[in-house]
Amino acid sequence: MDTSSMDKDLITLSNASLGVISPVKTADSLKIRQRLRRSYRQIKTENVFRRVLVLMGWVMVVLVLGILFTLVLESVPSIRALGAGYLWGKTWDPVQDVYGAYPFLLGTLLTSFLALIISIPFSIAVAIFLGEYYPEGWLPNLLKNTVELIAAVPSVIYGFWGLAVLVPIVRGWETKLGVQPVGVGILSSSLILAVMIIPYAASLGRSMIQMVPSPLKEAAYSLGATRWEVIRSVIIPYTKSGLFAGILLSLGRALGETMAVTMVIGNTSIIPKNIFSPGNTMASVIANEFTEADKPVYLSALIELGLVLFLVTVVINMIGKRVISRFTNE
Amino acid sequence: MESTIIKSIDYNAYFGDNHVVKNVNIEIPKNHVIAVMGPSGCGKTTFLRGINRMHELIPNATAKGKILLNNEDVMEMHPIFVRLKIGMVFQRPNPFPNLSIYDNVIAGYKLNGIKLPKAEKDQIVEESLTKVALWKEVKDSLTKKGSFLSGGQQQRLCIARAVAMQPEVLLFDEPTSALDPISTSTVEELFHELKKNYTLIIVTHNMQQAARVSDRTAFFYVGELVEYDDTKRMFTNPRDIRTQNYITGRFS
Repeated sequence: MDTSSMDKDLITLSNASLGVISPVKTADSLKIRQRLRRSYRQIKTENVFRRVLVLMGWVMVVLVLGILFTLVLESVPSIRALGAGYLWGKTWDPVQDVYGAYPFLLGTLLTSFLALIISIPFSIAVAIFLGEYYPEGWLPNLLKNTVELIAAVPSVIYGFWGLAVLVPIVRGWETKLGVQPVGVGILSSSLILAVMIIPYAASLGRSMIQMVPSPLKEAAYSLGATRWEVIRSVIIPYTKSGLFAGILLSLGRALGETMAVTMVIGNTSIIPKNIFSPGNTMASVIANEFTEADKPVYLSALIELGLVLFLVTVVINMIGKRVISRFTNE
Repeated sequence: MESTIIKSIDYNAYFGDNHVVKNVNIEIPKNHVIAVMGPSGCGKTTFLRGINRMHELIPNATAKGKILLNNEDVMEMHPIFVRLKIGMVFQRPNPFPNLSIYDNVIAGYKLNGIKLPKAEKDQIVEESLTKVALWKEVKDSLTKKGSFLSGGQQQRLCIARAVAMQPEVLLFDEPTSALDPISTSTVEELFHELKKNYTLIIVTHNMQQAARVSDRTAFFYVGELVEYDDTKRMFTNPRDIRTQNYITGRFS
Protein backbone atom coordinates (compact mmCIF):
# COMPACT_ATOMS: atom_id res chain seq x y z
CA MET A 1 0.00 0.00 0.00
CA ASP A 2 0.98 3.56 -0.63
CA THR A 3 0.77 4.65 2.96
CA SER A 4 3.46 2.24 4.11
CA SER A 5 5.95 3.52 1.54
CA MET A 6 5.10 7.04 2.56
CA ASP A 7 5.72 6.17 6.17
CA LYS A 8 9.12 4.86 5.19
CA ASP A 9 9.84 8.08 3.32
CA LEU A 10 8.86 10.10 6.31
CA ILE A 11 11.12 8.06 8.53
CA THR A 12 14.06 8.57 6.18
CA LEU A 13 13.15 12.21 5.93
CA SER A 14 12.97 12.72 9.63
CA ASN A 15 16.24 10.88 10.07
CA ALA A 16 17.78 13.16 7.45
CA SER A 17 16.53 16.31 9.11
CA LEU A 18 17.86 15.02 12.40
CA GLY A 19 21.26 14.70 10.77
CA VAL A 20 21.19 10.91 10.71
CA ILE A 21 22.61 9.55 7.48
CA SER A 22 20.53 6.75 6.12
CA PRO A 23 20.68 4.84 2.85
CA VAL A 24 18.20 6.01 0.24
CA LYS A 25 16.68 3.62 -2.26
CA THR A 26 17.23 4.73 -5.86
CA ALA A 27 13.59 4.36 -6.89
CA ASP A 28 12.42 6.84 -4.32
CA SER A 29 15.50 9.00 -4.32
CA LEU A 30 14.21 11.83 -6.54
CA LYS A 31 11.02 12.25 -4.58
CA ILE A 32 12.92 12.13 -1.34
CA ARG A 33 15.47 14.66 -2.51
CA GLN A 34 12.64 17.05 -3.34
CA ARG A 35 11.19 16.55 0.07
CA LEU A 36 14.55 17.05 1.69
CA ARG A 37 14.96 20.36 -0.10
CA ARG A 38 11.59 21.37 1.22
CA SER A 39 12.53 20.33 4.73
CA TYR A 40 15.81 22.30 4.57
CA ARG A 41 13.76 25.33 3.64
CA GLN A 42 11.51 24.69 6.61
CA ILE A 43 14.51 24.48 8.90
CA LYS A 44 15.69 27.83 7.56
CA THR A 45 12.35 29.54 8.23
CA GLU A 46 12.32 27.94 11.62
CA ASN A 47 15.72 29.43 12.40
CA VAL A 48 14.72 32.89 11.19
CA PHE A 49 11.53 32.70 13.22
CA ARG A 50 13.45 31.72 16.32
CA ARG A 51 15.92 34.56 15.84
CA VAL A 52 13.07 37.08 15.52
CA LEU A 53 11.54 35.79 18.75
CA VAL A 54 14.84 36.00 20.62
CA LEU A 55 15.38 39.52 19.29
CA MET A 56 11.92 40.62 20.46
CA GLY A 57 12.63 39.20 23.87
CA TRP A 58 15.92 41.06 24.15
CA VAL A 59 14.28 44.30 22.99
CA MET A 60 11.98 44.09 26.00
CA VAL A 61 14.86 43.54 28.41
CA VAL A 62 16.89 46.35 26.86
CA LEU A 63 13.86 48.65 27.05
CA VAL A 64 13.37 48.12 30.77
CA LEU A 65 17.09 48.45 31.47
CA GLY A 66 17.11 51.58 29.29
CA ILE A 67 14.33 53.13 31.31
CA LEU A 68 16.22 52.39 34.51
CA PHE A 69 19.40 53.79 33.01
CA THR A 70 17.64 57.01 31.93
CA LEU A 71 16.09 57.41 35.36
CA VAL A 72 19.47 57.00 37.07
CA LEU A 73 21.25 59.29 34.59
CA GLU A 74 18.67 62.05 34.85
CA SER A 75 18.61 61.78 38.64
CA VAL A 76 22.33 62.45 38.92
CA PRO A 77 22.05 66.27 39.19
CA SER A 78 19.49 65.94 41.98
CA ILE A 79 21.47 63.22 43.78
CA ARG A 80 24.58 65.43 43.56
CA ALA A 81 22.80 68.54 44.77
CA LEU A 82 20.65 67.01 47.48
CA GLY A 83 22.35 63.79 48.57
CA ALA A 84 20.62 61.15 50.64
CA GLY A 85 18.81 63.79 52.70
CA TYR A 86 16.45 64.05 49.75
CA LEU A 87 14.58 60.96 50.94
CA TRP A 88 13.72 62.27 54.40
CA GLY A 89 13.60 65.99 53.66
CA LYS A 90 10.23 67.16 54.95
CA THR A 91 9.78 70.22 52.75
CA TRP A 92 9.16 70.33 49.05
CA ASP A 93 9.42 73.92 47.86
CA PRO A 94 10.65 74.30 44.29
CA VAL A 95 10.53 78.10 44.53
CA GLN A 96 13.16 78.01 47.29
CA ASP A 97 14.94 75.08 45.63
CA VAL A 98 14.21 72.81 48.60
CA TYR A 99 13.36 69.26 47.65
CA GLY A 100 12.39 66.69 50.26
CA ALA A 101 10.60 63.54 49.15
CA TYR A 102 9.35 62.49 52.57
CA PRO A 103 5.78 63.85 52.24
CA PHE A 104 5.32 61.90 49.03
CA LEU A 105 6.92 58.73 50.30
CA LEU A 106 4.57 58.92 53.26
CA GLY A 107 1.62 59.73 50.99
CA THR A 108 2.36 56.77 48.74
CA LEU A 109 2.78 54.34 51.60
CA LEU A 110 -0.28 55.63 53.46
CA THR A 111 -2.63 55.46 50.47
CA SER A 112 -1.33 52.10 49.30
CA PHE A 113 -1.45 50.30 52.62
CA LEU A 114 -4.79 51.81 53.55
CA ALA A 115 -6.12 50.70 50.16
CA LEU A 116 -4.69 47.25 50.78
CA ILE A 117 -6.38 46.96 54.16
CA ILE A 118 -9.71 48.05 52.69
CA SER A 119 -9.46 45.73 49.68
CA ILE A 120 -8.22 42.53 51.37
CA PRO A 121 -11.58 41.41 52.85
CA PHE A 122 -13.26 41.92 49.48
CA SER A 123 -10.63 40.24 47.36
CA ILE A 124 -10.29 37.24 49.69
CA ALA A 125 -14.06 36.87 49.86
CA VAL A 126 -14.36 36.99 46.08
CA ALA A 127 -11.50 34.50 45.72
CA ILE A 128 -13.11 32.03 48.13
CA PHE A 129 -16.55 32.46 46.59
CA LEU A 130 -15.30 31.90 43.05
CA GLY A 131 -12.62 29.35 43.88
CA GLU A 132 -14.44 27.13 46.34
CA TYR A 133 -18.14 27.84 46.69
CA TYR A 134 -19.31 28.43 43.15
CA PRO A 135 -16.57 27.80 40.58
CA GLU A 136 -19.10 27.29 37.78
CA GLY A 137 -22.43 28.70 36.66
CA TRP A 138 -23.73 31.95 35.22
CA LEU A 139 -23.61 33.97 38.42
CA PRO A 140 -19.96 33.13 39.25
CA ASN A 141 -19.07 33.79 35.60
CA LEU A 142 -20.76 37.16 35.73
CA LEU A 143 -18.97 37.99 38.97
CA LYS A 144 -15.63 36.81 37.61
CA ASN A 145 -15.97 38.91 34.46
CA THR A 146 -17.13 41.92 36.44
CA VAL A 147 -14.16 41.67 38.76
CA GLU A 148 -11.82 41.39 35.80
CA LEU A 149 -13.55 44.38 34.20
CA ILE A 150 -12.63 46.44 37.25
CA ALA A 151 -9.02 46.07 36.17
CA ALA A 152 -9.84 47.08 32.61
CA VAL A 153 -11.57 50.39 33.37
CA PRO A 154 -9.21 53.30 32.54
CA SER A 155 -7.98 54.90 35.72
CA VAL A 156 -9.02 58.41 34.64
CA ILE A 157 -12.60 57.17 34.85
CA TYR A 158 -12.05 56.10 38.44
CA GLY A 159 -10.68 59.58 39.03
CA PHE A 160 -13.82 61.13 37.60
CA TRP A 161 -16.05 58.86 39.58
CA GLY A 162 -14.03 59.65 42.67
CA LEU A 163 -14.40 63.37 42.21
CA ALA A 164 -18.09 63.21 41.34
CA VAL A 165 -19.32 60.61 43.83
CA LEU A 166 -16.74 59.57 46.40
CA VAL A 167 -15.32 62.97 47.33
CA PRO A 168 -18.75 64.42 48.29
CA ILE A 169 -19.46 61.30 50.37
CA VAL A 170 -16.12 61.55 52.17
CA ARG A 171 -16.78 65.27 52.67
CA GLY A 172 -20.05 64.29 54.35
CA TRP A 173 -18.21 61.95 56.73
CA GLU A 174 -15.67 64.67 57.47
CA THR A 175 -18.41 67.17 58.33
CA LYS A 176 -19.95 64.65 60.72
CA LEU A 177 -16.60 63.90 62.32
CA GLY A 178 -15.78 67.57 62.65
CA VAL A 179 -12.63 67.52 60.53
CA GLN A 180 -12.03 70.14 57.91
CA PRO A 181 -14.38 69.05 55.11
CA VAL A 182 -12.17 68.96 52.04
CA GLY A 183 -13.27 65.61 50.64
CA VAL A 184 -10.16 65.14 48.57
CA GLY A 185 -7.27 63.50 50.40
CA ILE A 186 -5.62 60.31 51.55
CA LEU A 187 -8.86 58.51 52.45
CA SER A 188 -10.56 59.24 49.12
CA SER A 189 -7.50 58.05 47.23
CA SER A 190 -7.28 54.89 49.30
CA LEU A 191 -10.93 54.07 48.67
CA ILE A 192 -10.50 54.51 44.91
CA LEU A 193 -7.30 52.48 44.98
CA ALA A 194 -8.95 49.73 47.01
CA VAL A 195 -11.57 49.27 44.30
CA MET A 196 -8.94 49.32 41.57
CA ILE A 197 -6.71 46.66 43.11
CA ILE A 198 -9.38 44.12 44.13
CA PRO A 199 -9.12 42.13 40.86
CA TYR A 200 -5.39 41.43 41.23
CA ALA A 201 -5.55 39.67 44.57
CA ALA A 202 -8.98 38.19 43.80
CA SER A 203 -8.13 36.48 40.53
CA LEU A 204 -4.78 35.14 41.73
CA GLY A 205 -6.38 33.96 44.95
CA ARG A 206 -9.17 32.27 43.00
CA SER A 207 -6.80 30.25 40.84
CA MET A 208 -4.72 29.27 43.88
CA ILE A 209 -7.82 28.14 45.77
CA GLN A 210 -8.96 26.07 42.80
CA MET A 211 -5.59 24.34 42.87
CA VAL A 212 -6.10 22.92 46.37
CA PRO A 213 -6.20 19.15 45.75
CA SER A 214 -9.66 17.75 46.41
CA PRO A 215 -8.33 14.72 48.39
CA LEU A 216 -7.18 17.21 51.03
CA LYS A 217 -10.55 18.87 51.23
CA GLU A 218 -12.25 15.48 51.32
CA ALA A 219 -9.96 14.35 54.12
CA ALA A 220 -11.26 17.23 56.19
CA TYR A 221 -14.87 16.63 55.19
CA SER A 222 -14.55 12.95 56.10
CA LEU A 223 -13.49 13.98 59.61
CA GLY A 224 -16.70 15.90 60.01
CA ALA A 225 -15.48 19.36 59.14
CA THR A 226 -17.97 21.95 57.94
CA ARG A 227 -17.35 24.00 54.83
CA TRP A 228 -16.18 26.95 56.88
CA GLU A 229 -13.79 24.71 58.79
CA VAL A 230 -12.44 23.28 55.54
CA ILE A 231 -11.85 26.79 54.22
CA ARG A 232 -10.24 27.96 57.44
CA SER A 233 -8.14 24.91 58.25
CA VAL A 234 -7.30 23.44 54.85
CA ILE A 235 -7.76 25.95 52.04
CA ILE A 236 -6.39 29.09 53.69
CA PRO A 237 -3.26 27.44 55.14
CA TYR A 238 -2.62 25.66 51.85
CA THR A 239 -2.99 28.82 49.76
CA LYS A 240 -1.68 31.41 52.17
CA SER A 241 1.50 32.12 50.24
CA GLY A 242 -0.54 32.46 47.04
CA LEU A 243 -2.98 34.82 48.69
CA PHE A 244 -0.06 36.78 50.09
CA ALA A 245 1.51 37.02 46.64
CA GLY A 246 -1.77 38.31 45.21
CA ILE A 247 -1.88 40.96 47.91
CA LEU A 248 1.72 41.95 47.16
CA LEU A 249 0.95 42.30 43.46
CA SER A 250 -2.01 44.51 44.21
CA LEU A 251 0.22 46.55 46.51
CA GLY A 252 2.60 47.06 43.60
CA ARG A 253 -0.32 48.25 41.53
CA ALA A 254 -1.48 50.62 44.26
CA LEU A 255 1.99 52.14 44.71
CA GLY A 256 2.27 53.11 41.09
CA GLU A 257 -1.30 54.17 40.31
CA THR A 258 -1.18 57.76 39.11
CA MET A 259 -4.16 59.25 37.37
CA ALA A 260 -7.02 58.39 39.72
CA VAL A 261 -4.95 59.27 42.77
CA THR A 262 -3.79 62.57 41.30
CA MET A 263 -7.40 63.55 40.74
CA VAL A 264 -8.66 62.93 44.26
CA ILE A 265 -5.70 63.33 46.61
CA GLY A 266 -5.72 67.12 46.83
CA ASN A 267 -2.15 67.71 45.63
CA THR A 268 -0.48 69.52 48.50
CA SER A 269 3.12 68.99 49.37
CA ILE A 270 2.51 69.21 53.10
CA ILE A 271 3.00 66.12 55.25
CA PRO A 272 -0.48 64.60 55.81
CA LYS A 273 -1.59 64.86 59.44
CA ASN A 274 -4.28 62.18 59.29
CA ILE A 275 -6.10 60.07 56.72
CA PHE A 276 -8.46 62.94 55.92
CA SER A 277 -5.69 65.39 54.99
CA PRO A 278 -4.97 66.14 51.40
CA GLY A 279 -1.52 65.07 50.27
CA ASN A 280 0.45 63.80 47.33
CA THR A 281 1.97 60.50 46.27
CA MET A 282 5.22 60.10 44.37
CA ALA A 283 3.28 59.33 41.22
CA SER A 284 0.85 62.22 41.59
CA VAL A 285 3.63 64.75 42.17
CA ILE A 286 5.38 63.66 39.02
CA ALA A 287 2.17 63.84 37.01
CA ASN A 288 1.29 67.26 38.42
CA GLU A 289 4.60 69.05 38.40
CA PHE A 290 6.54 67.55 35.55
CA THR A 291 5.39 70.18 33.05
CA GLU A 292 6.14 73.03 35.46
CA ALA A 293 9.66 71.91 36.31
CA ASP A 294 11.58 74.89 34.94
CA LYS A 295 14.85 74.34 36.78
CA PRO A 296 17.29 71.49 36.09
CA VAL A 297 17.43 70.41 39.74
CA TYR A 298 13.64 70.53 40.05
CA LEU A 299 13.27 68.29 37.00
CA SER A 300 15.99 66.00 38.24
CA ALA A 301 14.40 65.79 41.69
CA LEU A 302 11.13 64.67 40.09
CA ILE A 303 12.94 62.06 38.05
CA GLU A 304 14.66 60.80 41.17
CA LEU A 305 11.21 60.42 42.68
CA GLY A 306 10.36 58.28 39.67
CA LEU A 307 13.49 56.22 40.24
CA VAL A 308 12.52 55.56 43.86
CA LEU A 309 9.01 54.56 42.80
CA PHE A 310 10.39 52.32 40.07
CA LEU A 311 12.69 50.52 42.47
CA VAL A 312 10.03 50.09 45.15
CA THR A 313 7.51 48.59 42.70
CA VAL A 314 10.14 46.35 41.12
CA VAL A 315 11.11 44.97 44.52
CA ILE A 316 7.48 44.43 45.55
CA ASN A 317 6.74 42.66 42.26
CA MET A 318 9.83 40.50 42.50
CA ILE A 319 8.93 39.34 45.98
CA GLY A 320 5.39 38.60 44.80
CA LYS A 321 6.57 36.57 41.81
CA ARG A 322 9.05 34.68 43.98
CA VAL A 323 6.32 33.71 46.40
CA ILE A 324 4.05 32.58 43.55
CA SER A 325 6.70 30.46 41.90
CA ARG A 326 7.65 28.86 45.19
CA PHE A 327 3.98 28.12 45.73
CA THR A 328 3.42 26.58 42.31
CA ASN A 329 6.61 24.52 42.46
CA GLU A 330 5.78 22.88 45.75
CA MET B 1 -26.12 -13.47 66.91
CA GLU B 2 -24.19 -10.81 65.14
CA SER B 3 -25.81 -7.40 65.12
CA THR B 4 -26.23 -5.30 62.00
CA ILE B 5 -24.53 -1.91 62.07
CA ILE B 6 -25.25 -0.67 58.57
CA LYS B 7 -28.18 -1.51 56.42
CA SER B 8 -29.00 0.05 53.08
CA ILE B 9 -32.53 -0.02 51.75
CA ASP B 10 -33.10 0.61 48.04
CA TYR B 11 -30.12 2.91 47.86
CA ASN B 12 -29.68 4.68 44.51
CA ALA B 13 -27.02 7.21 43.56
CA TYR B 14 -26.81 9.47 40.54
CA PHE B 15 -24.38 11.85 38.87
CA GLY B 16 -26.80 14.13 37.04
CA ASP B 17 -28.81 11.73 34.86
CA ASN B 18 -26.26 8.97 35.21
CA HIS B 19 -27.64 6.22 37.44
CA VAL B 20 -24.50 4.88 39.12
CA VAL B 21 -25.74 2.81 42.04
CA LYS B 22 -28.94 0.85 41.51
CA ASN B 23 -31.24 -0.35 44.28
CA VAL B 24 -28.62 -1.62 46.65
CA ASN B 25 -29.85 -3.58 49.66
CA ILE B 26 -27.14 -4.77 51.98
CA GLU B 27 -26.75 -5.58 55.64
CA ILE B 28 -23.37 -5.17 57.24
CA PRO B 29 -22.66 -6.95 60.53
CA LYS B 30 -20.73 -5.28 63.31
CA ASN B 31 -17.00 -5.93 63.77
CA HIS B 32 -16.56 -7.56 60.42
CA VAL B 33 -14.46 -6.74 57.40
CA ILE B 34 -16.55 -6.33 54.27
CA ALA B 35 -14.87 -6.20 50.91
CA VAL B 36 -16.62 -4.43 48.06
CA MET B 37 -15.23 -5.52 44.75
CA GLY B 38 -16.08 -5.18 41.10
CA PRO B 39 -14.70 -3.74 37.89
CA SER B 40 -13.92 -0.03 37.49
CA GLY B 41 -16.86 2.31 37.15
CA CYS B 42 -19.40 -0.07 38.61
CA GLY B 43 -20.44 2.21 41.46
CA LYS B 44 -18.62 0.62 44.38
CA THR B 45 -16.74 3.79 45.36
CA THR B 46 -19.91 5.83 44.86
CA PHE B 47 -21.78 3.46 47.16
CA LEU B 48 -19.02 3.72 49.76
CA ARG B 49 -19.06 7.50 49.60
CA GLY B 50 -22.82 7.38 49.96
CA ILE B 51 -22.51 5.71 53.35
CA ASN B 52 -20.86 8.73 54.97
CA ARG B 53 -22.58 11.27 52.71
CA MET B 54 -19.39 12.23 50.88
CA HIS B 55 -21.15 11.49 47.60
CA GLU B 56 -23.18 14.68 47.77
CA LEU B 57 -20.05 16.88 47.91
CA ILE B 58 -19.69 16.41 44.17
CA PRO B 59 -21.75 18.88 42.14
CA ASN B 60 -24.84 17.30 40.50
CA ALA B 61 -24.59 14.18 42.64
CA THR B 62 -27.86 12.97 44.18
CA ALA B 63 -29.01 9.89 46.07
CA LYS B 64 -32.25 8.15 46.99
CA GLY B 65 -33.12 5.44 49.45
CA LYS B 66 -32.03 4.79 53.01
CA ILE B 67 -28.80 3.92 54.71
CA LEU B 68 -29.32 2.97 58.30
CA LEU B 69 -26.56 3.29 60.85
CA ASN B 70 -27.75 1.52 64.01
CA ASN B 71 -31.30 1.83 62.67
CA GLU B 72 -30.97 5.55 62.15
CA ASP B 73 -31.18 6.89 58.59
CA VAL B 74 -27.96 8.73 57.75
CA MET B 75 -29.77 10.50 54.93
CA GLU B 76 -31.76 12.35 57.56
CA MET B 77 -28.90 13.01 59.94
CA HIS B 78 -26.65 16.03 59.59
CA PRO B 79 -23.74 14.99 57.32
CA ILE B 80 -21.25 16.26 59.88
CA PHE B 81 -22.50 13.80 62.52
CA VAL B 82 -22.59 11.01 59.98
CA ARG B 83 -18.94 11.61 59.10
CA LEU B 84 -17.96 11.73 62.76
CA LYS B 85 -19.44 8.26 63.23
CA ILE B 86 -18.25 6.84 59.93
CA GLY B 87 -14.59 7.54 59.20
CA MET B 88 -12.97 7.32 55.81
CA VAL B 89 -9.58 6.49 54.33
CA PHE B 90 -8.90 7.44 50.75
CA GLN B 91 -7.19 5.90 47.78
CA ARG B 92 -4.15 8.15 47.94
CA PRO B 93 -2.69 8.95 51.34
CA ASN B 94 -3.79 12.51 52.06
CA PRO B 95 -2.26 13.72 55.31
CA PHE B 96 -2.51 17.48 55.73
CA PRO B 97 0.84 18.66 54.38
CA ASN B 98 0.96 21.76 56.58
CA LEU B 99 0.41 19.82 59.81
CA SER B 100 2.82 17.75 61.91
CA ILE B 101 2.27 14.03 62.42
CA TYR B 102 0.85 14.78 65.86
CA ASP B 103 -1.52 17.43 64.55
CA ASN B 104 -2.57 15.19 61.69
CA VAL B 105 -3.78 12.56 64.12
CA ILE B 106 -5.88 15.01 66.11
CA ALA B 107 -6.86 16.99 63.00
CA GLY B 108 -10.45 15.84 63.37
CA TYR B 109 -10.72 17.42 66.81
CA LYS B 110 -8.99 20.56 65.63
CA LEU B 111 -11.25 20.90 62.61
CA ASN B 112 -14.34 20.50 64.71
CA GLY B 113 -13.12 23.07 67.18
CA ILE B 114 -12.96 20.59 70.06
CA LYS B 115 -10.40 21.75 72.63
CA LEU B 116 -8.79 18.97 74.58
CA PRO B 117 -6.29 19.10 77.44
CA LYS B 118 -2.74 18.27 76.37
CA ALA B 119 -2.65 14.98 78.28
CA GLU B 120 -5.80 13.75 76.58
CA LYS B 121 -4.48 14.75 73.17
CA ASP B 122 -1.22 12.92 73.85
CA GLN B 123 -3.18 9.85 74.82
CA ILE B 124 -5.36 9.95 71.70
CA VAL B 125 -2.31 10.38 69.48
CA GLU B 126 -0.43 7.51 71.10
CA GLU B 127 -3.43 5.19 71.11
CA SER B 128 -4.37 5.93 67.52
CA LEU B 129 -0.85 5.55 66.23
CA THR B 130 -0.42 2.34 68.20
CA LYS B 131 -3.61 0.95 66.70
CA VAL B 132 -2.21 1.47 63.21
CA ALA B 133 1.23 0.11 64.18
CA LEU B 134 2.91 3.43 63.49
CA TRP B 135 3.71 4.58 67.02
CA LYS B 136 7.11 2.92 67.23
CA GLU B 137 8.17 4.31 63.89
CA VAL B 138 7.19 7.92 64.47
CA LYS B 139 7.17 8.46 68.24
CA ASP B 140 10.41 10.44 68.05
CA SER B 141 9.37 12.59 65.12
CA LEU B 142 5.84 13.60 66.03
CA THR B 143 6.55 17.24 65.29
CA LYS B 144 7.72 16.54 61.76
CA LYS B 145 5.38 17.19 58.87
CA GLY B 146 3.21 14.24 57.88
CA SER B 147 4.24 14.53 54.26
CA PHE B 148 7.80 13.39 55.11
CA LEU B 149 6.64 9.85 55.80
CA SER B 150 6.71 7.09 53.20
CA GLY B 151 3.54 6.33 51.26
CA GLY B 152 2.66 3.36 53.43
CA GLN B 153 3.32 5.28 56.63
CA GLN B 154 1.25 8.18 55.34
CA GLN B 155 -1.65 5.86 54.68
CA ARG B 156 -1.40 4.43 58.18
CA LEU B 157 -1.28 8.00 59.49
CA CYS B 158 -4.51 8.65 57.61
CA ILE B 159 -6.06 5.56 59.18
CA ALA B 160 -4.89 6.81 62.59
CA ARG B 161 -6.49 10.14 61.85
CA ALA B 162 -9.80 8.42 61.12
CA VAL B 163 -9.45 6.10 64.13
CA ALA B 164 -8.72 9.03 66.46
CA MET B 165 -12.29 10.24 66.07
CA GLN B 166 -13.49 6.91 67.51
CA PRO B 167 -15.94 6.19 64.74
CA GLU B 168 -18.08 3.08 64.57
CA VAL B 169 -17.43 2.29 60.96
CA LEU B 170 -14.33 2.84 58.83
CA LEU B 171 -14.64 3.15 55.06
CA PHE B 172 -11.63 2.40 52.89
CA ASP B 173 -11.62 3.47 49.26
CA GLU B 174 -8.99 1.27 47.60
CA PRO B 175 -6.65 1.98 50.48
CA THR B 176 -3.64 0.12 49.10
CA SER B 177 -3.83 0.85 45.39
CA ALA B 178 -1.20 3.58 45.70
CA LEU B 179 1.10 1.52 47.94
CA ASP B 180 3.94 -0.91 47.37
CA PRO B 181 3.49 -4.63 48.23
CA ILE B 182 5.19 -4.42 51.63
CA SER B 183 3.16 -1.41 52.76
CA THR B 184 0.10 -3.16 51.38
CA SER B 185 0.60 -6.20 53.55
CA THR B 186 1.20 -4.00 56.62
CA VAL B 187 -2.09 -2.26 56.01
CA GLU B 188 -3.85 -5.58 55.39
CA GLU B 189 -2.57 -6.94 58.69
CA LEU B 190 -4.02 -3.85 60.31
CA PHE B 191 -7.49 -4.72 59.11
CA HIS B 192 -7.51 -7.83 61.29
CA GLU B 193 -6.57 -5.76 64.31
CA LEU B 194 -8.98 -2.94 63.56
CA LYS B 195 -12.04 -5.13 63.20
CA LYS B 196 -11.95 -5.87 66.92
CA ASN B 197 -13.14 -2.32 67.53
CA TYR B 198 -14.62 -1.17 64.27
CA THR B 199 -16.57 -2.34 61.29
CA LEU B 200 -14.53 -2.06 58.12
CA ILE B 201 -15.87 -1.63 54.62
CA ILE B 202 -13.15 -1.86 51.99
CA VAL B 203 -13.51 -1.10 48.32
CA THR B 204 -10.87 -2.95 46.38
CA HIS B 205 -9.94 -3.78 42.83
CA ASN B 206 -7.77 -6.56 44.03
CA MET B 207 -9.57 -9.90 44.34
CA GLN B 208 -6.75 -11.55 46.25
CA GLN B 209 -6.95 -8.74 48.76
CA ALA B 210 -10.68 -9.21 49.13
CA ALA B 211 -10.13 -12.92 49.67
CA ARG B 212 -7.31 -12.34 52.16
CA VAL B 213 -8.78 -9.69 54.40
CA SER B 214 -12.54 -9.88 54.37
CA ASP B 215 -15.19 -11.89 56.16
CA ARG B 216 -17.82 -11.01 53.63
CA THR B 217 -17.64 -9.82 50.08
CA ALA B 218 -20.04 -7.77 48.04
CA PHE B 219 -19.71 -7.95 44.28
CA PHE B 220 -20.88 -4.91 42.32
CA TYR B 221 -21.44 -4.95 38.62
CA VAL B 222 -22.71 -1.99 36.55
CA GLY B 223 -24.22 -0.35 39.59
CA GLU B 224 -25.96 -3.43 40.92
CA LEU B 225 -25.13 -5.49 43.95
CA VAL B 226 -24.86 -8.84 42.22
CA GLU B 227 -23.86 -11.04 45.10
CA TYR B 228 -23.15 -10.60 48.78
CA ASP B 229 -22.01 -13.50 50.82
CA ASP B 230 -19.42 -15.05 53.06
CA THR B 231 -16.06 -14.44 51.38
CA LYS B 232 -14.93 -18.07 51.39
CA ARG B 233 -18.21 -19.24 49.96
CA MET B 234 -18.25 -16.60 47.27
CA PHE B 235 -14.78 -17.36 46.09
CA THR B 236 -15.23 -21.11 46.10
CA ASN B 237 -18.82 -21.39 45.01
CA PRO B 238 -20.24 -18.19 43.47
CA ARG B 239 -23.97 -18.30 42.80
CA ASP B 240 -24.22 -15.74 40.03
CA ILE B 241 -22.63 -16.37 36.63
CA ARG B 242 -21.31 -12.76 36.57
CA THR B 243 -19.53 -13.26 39.88
CA GLN B 244 -18.07 -16.48 38.59
CA ASN B 245 -16.86 -14.79 35.42
CA TYR B 246 -15.27 -11.98 37.38
CA ILE B 247 -13.55 -14.24 39.87
CA THR B 248 -12.19 -16.49 37.16
CA GLY B 249 -10.95 -13.43 35.30
CA ARG B 250 -13.19 -13.74 32.29
CA PHE B 251 -13.85 -9.99 32.38
CA SER B 252 -12.51 -7.20 34.46
